Amino acid sequence: MAEITLPKINPLQSRPAGTGPGEPLIKINDLSLFYGASKALKNVSLNLGEKVVTAFIGPSGCGKSTLLRCLNRMNDLIDNVRIEGSVSIGGHDIYGDNVDVIELRKRVGMVFQKSNPFPKSIYENVAYGLRLHGMKDKSELDGVVEQSLRGAALWDEVKDRLHSSALGLSGGQQQRLCIARAIAIRPEIVLMDEPASALDPIATTRIEELILELKKEFTIVIVTHNMQQAARISDYTAFFYIGELIEFDTTTRIFTNPAKRQTEDYVTGRFG
Amino acid sequence: MSAPNTIDFRTKQFRAGSFFFTGLTGLATVLILAILAIILTDVIVNGWRTLSWHFVSSIPTKDFFDRNTTGVLPMIIGTASRVMVMTLFVLPVGVITAVYLTEYAPNSSVVTRIIRAAVNNLAGVPSIVFGLFGLGFFINFVGKNLDAVLHNPTAVWGQPSIIWASLTLAVMTLPVVIVATEEALKAVPQGLREASLALGATKLKTILKIVLPQAMPGILTGGILAVSRAAGEVAPILFTGVAYYMGSLPQHLTDRFMDLGYHVFVLSTQSTNIEQTEPILYATVLVLLLLTFALNLVAIFIRANMRRKMRSLH
Repeated sequence: MAEITLPKINPLQSRPAGTGPGEPLIKINDLSLFYGASKALKNVSLNLGEKVVTAFIGPSGCGKSTLLRCLNRMNDLIDNVRIEGSVSIGGHDIYGDNVDVIELRKRVGMVFQKSNPFPKSIYENVAYGLRLHGMKDKSELDGVVEQSLRGAALWDEVKDRLHSSALGLSGGQQQRLCIARAIAIRPEIVLMDEPASALDPIATTRIEELILELKKEFTIVIVTHNMQQAARISDYTAFFYIGELIEFDTTTRIFTNPAKRQTEDYVTGRFG
Repeated sequence: MSAPNTIDFRTKQFRAGSFFFTGLTGLATVLILAILAIILTDVIVNGWRTLSWHFVSSIPTKDFFDRNTTGVLPMIIGTASRVMVMTLFVLPVGVITAVYLTEYAPNSSVVTRIIRAAVNNLAGVPSIVFGLFGLGFFINFVGKNLDAVLHNPTAVWGQPSIIWASLTLAVMTLPVVIVATEEALKAVPQGLREASLALGATKLKTILKIVLPQAMPGILTGGILAVSRAAGEVAPILFTGVAYYMGSLPQHLTDRFMDLGYHVFVLSTQSTNIEQTEPILYATVLVLLLLTFALNLVAIFIRANMRRKMRSLH
């Protein structure tokens, strides 16, 4: 096991030196990402606050998902990816030396575009991450599983069939299960990559309500194609275009009074 | 007269063509089924008459061309043990190789491509060549050196035996297992790996807990194919372990063994009285078929059980 250099921090209580209250939780500084020779992210600098919902919007291929996956280092899995610049979370450079990626991903959870429950029972899906990080006690597991499923607004629908297959759930339920699985290990940040893009409008509404509920406890960064969705659920919005951050502001400003012409054209549907 | 608004999109030609090809594919299927049916019927009908409990449970004492004194117990034991020992070797090695190729090796690297080419070429090598390889490598090199190192006064490892025959068969069936496992691993959705890694699992944990269990039915399919292929192979064991006749059952992995497939060859070529031997030959072939079927059935049962568990976990 690598040395753990990201200590468990409750952002409300102990803060690393240099970050006072109101300091951003995530600091992205001059970040560039290359797939081989092509530059997918171009010198992005962005600070994200805690316990707010930040939406990344922009047309396909603008780099918003790539940036999201930089925050829990999921891009490490892809060959030929090179990163310049820095990303720090809670004052720790996550691309620095001796960073334990396992510990990072424990603190920065992720929900994917396509719901991807494990072909296990509903219970085991939620318990997977807990067992992974050493929780063995049955009653403790039961408690956290229930708490997480309640947190994902799924408990009432599945409490009578916890031990049947997760693959028997509907698409929307599966996605909420994935959210339950992500929040079970108590991350500080939850990354969501177009979590509702494959769902019908009713299931989408439920996910959106859930996100608003989750932001009381978690910092949420969401990538979305759906502009109304960004407007409905996010506090801050970042607009990307071909790898560049064009504008970042409160969601209200971005949608009502953007500073840049490109942003206005995009949010009003003139292109993209 | 048809109503003027009715449109028939299908032309006569299309229907004729469709009919022709449906017929052709159907005919091909019937042909294959017919061949299978003829072989099976012939073997079962003719073999059934000679098949008896005595036949499958006794060791031939003096003349195995005589139906009254012969039996196929040593051959059943020999074939079953060489197939099972082979499975013990080929499954782990094949699965680990496939895991390396699909999960760890960089896809475009020269090494990966060389390994893949080697695996494919291995599949194309004639089985008699594997037999010679087994003799040259396992017996004359590995076995003789083992004997030398262990100071055995007589050859123990450096002679044909169950273990070397099984290893030779394992090398031969390795491509089958590797290819089947690779396909099974590739069929596991990338999203499952990402979900596990995003929860803070290591790559190894992800492979052990998520990827391999999901791929297990496909891996077992590879195992079934390997068993089916190996059970009927005679050429690779000719120089590596099979015996023409043994008065007693093999006791150790280093013993030689009698084998059903080889025995079929012996019965059909070495007999002086064809009329007397023919019923024994049929019965032996039937036993070989049944044994292969039984070995497959075990694997199929395990696989079905696994699939059922995966589908409904309750």
